[in-house]
Amino acid sequence: MTLEQRQQEIIEEFETFDDWMDKYEHIIELGKSLPLIDEGYKDDDHLIRGCQSQVWLHADPAGDRLKFTADSDAIITKGLVSLMVRVLDGLPAKQIAAAELDFVDKIGLHEHLSPTRSNGLRSMVKQMKLYGFALDAQLNAADHAR
Amino acid sequence: MSSSATATATQTFPVERVRADFPILATEMNGKPLVFLDSAASSQKPQVVIDAIAHYYQTDHANVHRGVYALSQRATDAFESARATVAKYINAADVHEVIWTRGCTEGINLVASSYGQRLRPGDEIVLTTMEHHSNIVPWQLLAQRTGAVIKVVPVTETGELDIDAYRALLTDRTAIVSVVHVSNALGTVNPVVEMTRLAHGAGAVILVDGAQAIPHEQVDVQAIGCDFYVFSGHKMLGPTGQGVLWGKRELLESMPPYQGGGEMIDRVSFGGTTFNTIPLRFEAGTPNIAGAVGLAKAVDYLRELGVDNIERYESTLLAYATQQMSEIEGFRVIGTAAEKHSVLSFLVDEIHPYDIGTLLDKQGVAVRTGHHCCQPLMDHYGIPGTVRASFALYNTTEDVDRLVAATKRSVKMLR
Repeated sequence: MTLEQRQQEIIEEFETFDDWMDKYEHIIELGKSLPLIDEGYKDDDHLIRGCQSQVWLHADPAGDRLKFTADSDAIITKGLVSLMVRVLDGLPAKQIAAAELDFVDKIGLHEHLSPTRSNGLRSMVKQMKLYGFALDAQLNAADHAR
Repeated sequence: MSSSATATATQTFPVERVRADFPILATEMNGKPLVFLDSAASSQKPQVVIDAIAHYYQTDHANVHRGVYALSQRATDAFESARATVAKYINAADVHEVIWTRGCTEGINLVASSYGQRLRPGDEIVLTTMEHHSNIVPWQLLAQRTGAVIKVVPVTETGELDIDAYRALLTDRTAIVSVVHVSNALGTVNPVVEMTRLAHGAGAVILVDGAQAIPHEQVDVQAIGCDFYVFSGHKMLGPTGQGVLWGKRELLESMPPYQGGGEMIDRVSFGGTTFNTIPLRFEAGTPNIAGAVGLAKAVDYLRELGVDNIERYESTLLAYATQQMSEIEGFRVIGTAAEKHSVLSFLVDEIHPYDIGTLLDKQGVAVRTGHHCCQPLMDHYGIPGTVRASFALYNTTEDVDRLVAATKRSVKMLR
């Protein structure tokens, strides 16, 4: 699935919820079912410190693509983290670096990316894009060297 | 507390009339009537304070202290009479002991920077584990500059200061003690009178951070006996950006200026500048005149209601909230000191505070979650943070009931 298709799928999934409670129950479920990051990666090197909650993010390059695993100490943040991972996981690095994540707005969860929340999510998205940017730059440099 | 005792206390305090004075309380949050339980972070403002600020700008504004015209004189009168109102409220011996600041944080920084200049390597600064970051970091910066050493008074499991340990930490090298009057994260009321006596016995000066005390009890700086007392206006119904440093006259007069600029000088020349007397020596630049006017009005409002009445009412509310919330399975209070003001810090099971706070917000209940700028204290308890409900004079038992119901619902979703 493309980035756009993935975002569209999530938007449609959230359209079925009538109120905030259903929506958050779904996010909490997602949080509970997110495959955990390998315990070995839950260290300071992988920690994205938020004021309110914390996120751990690990990126694995596979060719020109990036695989992500992540975790959070707060379950709602973890649910949102799982949505981000679902949208960006396995995409080409170049696409990750340039990704416009408008699905967050469309499912009415924009507030969780607000800097005042400081839950680690905003910084995590930034970090995912930076990983994408770095891998892409690395691949380009290797191309030029050839 | 029995429900009849709660009912009696609730009936004697005119909370419905008080609520009507605060326009924001009639608004909604996320489509639900607002339940505001974050007054420890910043209180809401009564209409009289909002009006006083608007009125000042509409009819009295000009710069203070240097105009020869009537309007400037009127602004100066309003500004200086606000100072007198605050001085009287805290029972300062002298109106000149009241220095306007931007808030509590600036007051602490002022003392650390100015009084702190006399510290020498090896001098000791005594703080406590329950201090807000704003009563830790200015002293760390001072310690870095001077080579002074910071000593920390530990906290017991109930969230009270270990006074024996405090006594043991005081030595002839102790220069300054800086302690919070009421903990913002736990609500603990600290024995500042005794702590002052002990500090003075060791030859040290003591600063009391009164940010969380002044909205909830009658503060009398002379009765405490401390050397400096700092607080913020915005936590006591006044506007943001206006705070107070009170200090003993002879100490303030012995201290060098904090910031340079207008107002604080006596005469400026490139050969050397001489400085104004207190309080203006510490008030460089055009001050927050409207802020002072608004704060004085907030003080008038508190006085009219009677701070003792407010304290009694709020303690009833806290007892009621503690009791009602305790019925939630897995609920535990962080901070169970015998003497507390208006703060209920809690956790439920192992649920993360952020999760509960997020779901309370969706139900119209505003609380604070996280470490409350007290990371050393959270480390002491081995927790990432708490959910903190804090109460003010305009909260009701209905607010508590909404908190309880919303917390139950959130916990059910998160379990």
